[in-house]
Parts: sequence; C-alpha cells; structure tokens
Amino acid sequence: MNARKKRRLYFVLALLIAGAGGAALVIAALKDNVLYFYSPSDVAAKHIHPGTAFRIGGLVAAGSLQHGNGADIAFTVTDGRANVPVKYQGVLPALFREGQGVVAMGALDASGTFDATQILAKHDERYMPPGVVDALKRSGRWKEGGT
Amino acid sequence: MTAEIGQLALTLALALASVMAVSGIAGARVTAGISRRIASSAAGGMLVFIVLAFGTLVYAAIVSDFSVLNIANNSSLAKPMLYKITGVWGNHEGSMLLWVLVLALYTAAIAFAQRGSERLTSAALGVQGLLAVAFLVFILFTSNPFLRIDPPPFDGAGLNPLLQDLGLAVHPPTLYIGYVGLSASFAYAAAALITREVDASWARAARPFMLAAWIALTVGITLGSWWAYYELGWGGFWFWDPVENASLMPWLVATALLHSALATERTGAFRTWTLLLSIAAFSLSLIGTFLVRSGVLTSVHAFANDPERGTFILIMLVLAIGGALALFAWRAPSLETGSAFEPVSRETALLINNVLLVGAVATVFLGTLYPLFLDAFTGTKISVGPPFFAITFVPIFVALLIALPFGPRLMWRKAAFREALRSLFPALGIAAIVAVGVCFVVKSHLLAAIGLFALAAWVIAASLLDIVRRPVRTAAGFAVALAHAGLGVTLMGVAGTTLWRAETLSLLGPGETARVGPYTLTMGRVERADGPNYAAIRADIHVGDGDRTIATLTPAKRVYPTEQQETAETAIRTTGVSDLYLALGDERGKGRFIVRAYYNPLAPFIWFGGAIMAMGGCASLWGRVRARSVRNAIDAVPAE
Repeated sequence: MNARKKRRLYFVLALLIAGAGGAALVIAALKDNVLYFYSPSDVAAKHIHPGTAFRIGGLVAAGSLQHGNGADIAFTVTDGRANVPVKYQGVLPALFREGQGVVAMGALDASGTFDATQILAKHDERYMPPGVVDALKRSGRWKEGGT
Repeated sequence: MTAEIGQLALTLALALASVMAVSGIAGARVTAGISRRIASSAAGGMLVFIVLAFGTLVYAAIVSDFSVLNIANNSSLAKPMLYKITGVWGNHEGSMLLWVLVLALYTAAIAFAQRGSERLTSAALGVQGLLAVAFLVFILFTSNPFLRIDPPPFDGAGLNPLLQDLGLAVHPPTLYIGYVGLSASFAYAAAALITREVDASWARAARPFMLAAWIALTVGITLGSWWAYYELGWGGFWFWDPVENASLMPWLVATALLHSALATERTGAFRTWTLLLSIAAFSLSLIGTFLVRSGVLTSVHAFANDPERGTFILIMLVLAIGGALALFAWRAPSLETGSAFEPVSRETALLINNVLLVGAVATVFLGTLYPLFLDAFTGTKISVGPPFFAITFVPIFVALLIALPFGPRLMWRKAAFREALRSLFPALGIAAIVAVGVCFVVKSHLLAAIGLFALAAWVIAASLLDIVRRPVRTAAGFAVALAHAGLGVTLMGVAGTTLWRAETLSLLGPGETARVGPYTLTMGRVERADGPNYAAIRADIHVGDGDRTIATLTPAKRVYPTEQQETAETAIRTTGVSDLYLALGDERGKGRFIVRAYYNPLAPFIWFGGAIMAMGGCASLWGRVRARSVRNAIDAVPAE
C-alpha cells in the first residue's frame, strides 16, 4: 500500500469513527431532549404523564388571570375546545394579556395543572406563534387577518 | 425622485453583474485577456451603483420620506436619527440591500487585489457576478426597497423597539461581512475548479478573504450574544436559538476551513477537502439566510413571512450549492493531490481539528433542522433545546480543546509526539495548579469546575508559551496563540456563568430588600422616565455589598406606543470578573414590582474571549498584508 492510499485510508477511518460517534451521541441526545408542542385539545385527548416536559400553546382565557403571593400567577390556556390551568412563578413577557396567544414550557403536575417553567416572550403585537395558529385553526377559532 | 434613482441604480448594477458573470467566466480561458479586463471594470462599476442605491435608501430614511413604502413601514418621525439610519437594515428589504452592498465590496476587493493568477481572479469574479445577479434579481422582484406608496402616510409604523439599539447598528453589518466574505472563498474555490489551479498560490490568494470573513463572523456572533444578554432581559448569553445556530454553523466551518487551507498552503495537503469546505461554508451562510429570511423560523430576526421570498431563496440555495457541488464532483477527481504526511504530523493535527469541527457542525445542523423536517413531513411540532446541544456539541468541543495545544507544536509532514508533549509540560503544570486551586475556591459543581477550568488553563497556558518560547516571533505565530487563548478565555466565561449563576426573583416595594450572590438589593424610588418615542418606568435599586452601598442601578421598562410593545432595559454592573444583572418586571399590586436579578460570575470573559479571538484573526490578516507588500516592494520570488 503506498503512502497516498494509506493516508486516504486514515482519513476515511477517522471520518467514519467521528461520524459513528457523532451519530450515536446525537441519536441518544435527540431521544431524550425534544420538547413536543401540544394544544389544550391535545392535552385533553392524549394521556400525558405528569412530569413529562412539553410546550403548550393557545390563548390566555379571558378573566382567568389571577395573581397569587409574590410572583405567583395562574391562568388558563384555551383553544376554544379544551382548557388547561397553568401556574407560573416569574416575570411575564411583554404583552402578556388575556385573550392573547401564549406559549409556555413546563410539565403537568399530579392534579393536571400545567406547571410552567418559562413563558415564552412574544416579540410583537402582530406575531402569533405558528403552533398557536395551527391549534386555533384546528379548533375553528382562527380568524384570518385577525387581531 | 430619490427612490427612482435607487431603482435605476439597482437595475444598472444588475446589468453590470450579468456582464461580469459572463466575461469573468470567459476570462478563465488563457487567451481571453479582454474578458478579464471587462470583468474587473464591471466589478468597480457594480460597486458604484450599489453604493448609490444604498445611499438613496439611507437618504430616504433620514428625511423620513414616507412615500417610500419601506420607510413608511419601518420608520417613524419620533424615532431618533441614529435609529432612522440603522433601521435601514433593520428590515428585510434594507438588509438584503446591505447584503449585496457587502457582496459588491468583496467583489471589488477581489478585482482590485488581483491575488493569484489572472485566470483565477477572473473566474472568481465571474462566480461573484452570478451570485450578485441572483441576489439583485431577488431584491428587484420580491423585496424591492424602493416601492412607492400613494398617498403617503403622515407617520410611519416604526421599528421593532428591541432593534432600536446600538448593538443593532453594528451586529447585522458585521455578520454580513462574515457571511458574504465566505462568498469570496466560495468564488475562489469554484474558480480553482474551473481553472484547475489548486496549489499553494491559490490558498494564499483566498486566505485573506477567509480570514476577513472569519474575523467578522467572530465579532458578529460575539456582539449578537452580548446584545441578547443585555437587551432581552433573560440573563443568558446563548440560547441555541435556530437563528443563533444559523450564524454558528458558518463560523465553525470557516474555522475548519482556515485550518485546512493552512495545510494546503504549506504542503499542498487536503486540496480537495479545502475546496469542499469553502463550498460548505458559504452554503451554510446561504442556508442561514434562508432560515432567517424566509419566515421558516419565527424569532426576533425573522422580518419576512412571505412564501414567495422563501421559495426564491430556496431555489437560489439549490442552484448555488448544487451547481458548486456538481462542479466539484466533475473536476475534483482530476486535481493533483498533495504530498504525503506521517500519522504524527501537523497535518494529522489539522485533520483531527477538521473532523471534530465538522462533527460539531453536524450536531448543530441536526438539532436546528430536525424540528423543521419533522414538522414538514409529519406535522409533529417539537423543539430541540439546550440539553441536546449540551450532550452533543459540548463533548466534541472538549475533545477539540484537549487536542488543541499539540497542533502548533507538531512539525509539518513528520513530527515527534514525545517532543511536543515534553514542551507542553509547563502548560500541564499550570493546568494542574489551576485544578488544585479550584478545589479550594469553589463550593459547588466541583468536578465540572476542575475539568473545565483546568482545560481552559491548559489551552491558555500553551498558547502563551507559544508566544514566549518561540525562537522566531512571527505575526502568524502570535495570531495563532491569540486566537487559541481567546477560545480558552471564552470557555472560562461559559463555565463560570453556567456553573455558578445565581438568580433571584422577588417582588419589591420601596425599601424592601432581596439578595443575589454576594449582593443585597434595596428597592428605592420608582419614577417615570419617558423618552422621545416611548414611555418608561425606572426603578432605583441600591446595591449593597456587606454593610456598604456600592452602587445604585436603574433598570427600566419601556412601552413604545407606536409599535405597541414593551422592552426591558436591563441594568448591569460589571467588575470585569462578574456581572450583577437587574431587569425590572411588571407591577404587581400597588407600587411593588417584580425584579429579576442575576449574579453571573465570569460572564464578561465570554465576550473578552471573542474579542481576543478576533484580534488573533486581525493579527494574521495584518501579517499577510504586510508580508505581501514587502514582497511586492522587493519584487522577490514568493518564497515561504
């Protein structure tokens, strides 16, 4: 085997090992670290185990926002068909208000309340998270060109 | 009238770009001297007209000409002058115009510098011409910034307040200089495939452009991360947001490219691989642009949500990447290969560097695009968050950093590993001392802290040793040491902030206190602090360290009535070694506000490290330009 072929072989071997290692890492990582996005209807239909992290998107139900002690708040996320109660401790993003779209990250607790660890910031008035739009379309609550 | 001048200038630039594309590629033939001269002149002319078009749009923004749709949509009378100007590239149309402006600048630089052979330069200009045609057509037909509106509104709709910031004035242009700079090395790679001239002089010709692009990407990403840190109010420096990843991927490939091109330049190794990386680096820039500009991703960066534009960029993407790869597949097998090297050599070190960097790119690529594919094919919506990148990207980078100090110490072609290891003993010693020191200082996350800080010390110490002990001090050696040390400094910042960040969330009324890290926070006065185009509430928060009050910080939150939006104006007190970071939240109950406070140890190091890396790049670029002018002056045979 001449030097050039030998070098090529090393190169290919190195790439293969790196590729296989990388693929193994990535597959292992993807399996455990994706967050699914569910609408309140999905939450009602699927049986999601308490403690499994996911994202929920919908509208903040009118009249549902309650302030508790300190920085605690509670509200209900709705897509018109199903409601999910949400509790959260922290700063609310700009333009969080009743009747507006919201995306929250967290998990259900034993009582079926969504314990949010993060309420995702909304960047402007016109912007609606695409997941929320889909959820509203499916439940027939989406008004084209609305808000 | 001004908008029509801009429109005309863009059209003329398109005509010149077409001329340049045709004559440049024709100039790759030996006998076509006239074509080469035409291509060079066209490059100059295109720059003039694009500068004119860009200047026209800036002028329309300055005088608030709301009869131009783009200005009416994105500016307003109340906006401060600085943001009227920077807002020009704060929207889709304007930012695409900035993109072609930078492309025209690089093209003119290629034509002016005439690095490499005449045929190579000409073919590179031809490829740049093709890219310019594609982007100018895109602007003129889907994203024209000069469209009129009749009747003009009395006031404009304003600019996203998050973007009304000095960081925005600098961040996008810098990133564009990086993204588009990679088009120059892409053009040189395609030119090399066309002319079959892939040798040391090719690598020397393309390198300054790779370096310029890499420096700009480094600065752009650093600034972007800093902007997200102080403007978004979440206290984080990197969110693995798809848009951030879109800028990280070209940077990683450009880093790999700089290293592999070094081998191509010195020994002729990795020729075809270097070409492939040049193509990949710019392809990832284009993919980044597609992701950000097409509205596929929704984030603060996504200006446009227009399927027509997305489709256009996608077609452009497929043509550019597909065309370049087809050319590569056709020509690469017939290229000469470089000289051989031993398993222990500088080349092998660079190979390991490349394999790891490309592996890192692959993980980021998958984590960024997998959710998009899954949504497109199955409709399932998922997101891939920081934990994914923590267990894929981080181990690869740790391996890279462990191996890094060996690279500069190994000889080309054949090296002695023991010798390199022996010369690194002082660095190992320093890493060990740091590891022991960490044990005494640190109270939590001990194992991770020992590992990460010893690793950082290992990289920094080895780089400093390189400067001190090198027999001949060259600009190139200094540049390498700086860039590598910068990476170590950034690692310290990332490790410190990630391991020991303290966060407190409290509801504070006047006189009430909270603790964060070593500091006591006491709420003072809360008052209105309105600005020219926003209403704001500002809180005085007194910071105590022990019994003394050491500072008063004033975080604020603003409401922009024109844009109907709120922003948090964070207050950051830095000691250079740690940051105290305050953000004012919403009012709960009478006169009590939520205050979010972070204590971020070593956070400033993240950006210091980025700056040091960029300085390393600048030192290398400067060394090359100087070396070239010296060579020109004595008119000597280029010798290494």
